[in-house]
Amino acid sequence: MSDALTVVVLLLVAGSATATVAQRDPARQALVLSFLGVLLAALFTVFQAPDVGLSQLAVGSVLTPLLIMLSVRKVRRRARSEEGTE
Amino acid sequence: MSRLRLWLLAVGGAGLAALLAAACLELPGFGGSRHPYGDRAVHASLSRHTANTIASVNFDQRAYDTLGEMSILFAAVLGCVVLLREARDEHRARPEPTDVARPVRRYALLVLPVALVTGLYVIAHGQLSPGGGFQGGVVAATALHLLYLGADYHALERVRPLGVYETTDALAVSSYLALGAAGVLAGTAFLANTLLPYGTFNTLSSGGAVPLLNAAVGMEVASAVVVLLAHFLDQAVEIEEEPGRGTP
Repeated sequence: MSDALTVVVLLLVAGSATATVAQRDPARQALVLSFLGVLLAALFTVFQAPDVGLSQLAVGSVLTPLLIMLSVRKVRRRARSEEGTE
Repeated sequence: MSRLRLWLLAVGGAGLAALLAAACLELPGFGGSRHPYGDRAVHASLSRHTANTIASVNFDQRAYDTLGEMSILFAAVLGCVVLLREARDEHRARPEPTDVARPVRRYALLVLPVALVTGLYVIAHGQLSPGGGFQGGVVAATALHLLYLGADYHALERVRPLGVYETTDALAVSSYLALGAAGVLAGTAFLANTLLPYGTFNTLSSGGAVPLLNAAVGMEVASAVVVLLAHFLDQAVEIEEEPGRGTP
């Protein structure tokens, strides 16, 4: 039973990790990354490491995507304002 | 020249592979219920009345490692603050308040207090259940930013006096050091968990210095994440380059 669960979660992680890499737009990539973070947290919980799972949930699925999206916004805004002045 | 580099890489890689393979051969089997280090860690943690063995490892048996991790976070946030400061050719433009979709506003304002309390709960129960200062700190700090989703940046800035969080960050790191130095002054060792009574097993005050060190890390992480996100948000929302003086 728990072996089947491990295999399912591992496959889901592999699938969403591939989807994250395949995504080309950074803003969308951040969203898929956050989904991957949730799945990784589930994987760590299945492996009986709930402490690491909680860290992953907080950092991998919230903080990192948020920082990426803020950086993307800054870069795009800068490009737009440079277009405007030229 | 490039051939020499390749050789160097190959030798280094082969050495690393050999060492890793040798180390992996000695590992206990995957998924077993017993582990020599685990047995010892659980024994040490129970003898000091700490219900969550991970917390005991983090804040008692390996408290010195946690000091290192804490310093890494502190230095990283300090570096971001320096890099993301308002430069001479930039100015602040207050963002126009925009309408927030009603479901988003309702959801954010409903979830904010729940997430905040969850974060504080995870910090407070670090020595009892999974979680602790680091996880709870990140949850509490990010929960605060739901206010940016639910209302606007101005509302977030009002509940987030940045100076207070910067001071709290530094104070929390210092208090961790002070708790460690207290052991030295009492004649044992740096960060040794021998000063405080271990208390009743599985209660909030159990574990000696573990809850205090855990709370210090919680404060440090929460304020560090708030400061970090504040500078990213400032750059993304408020700070603009002076027109005509942009980088070429």
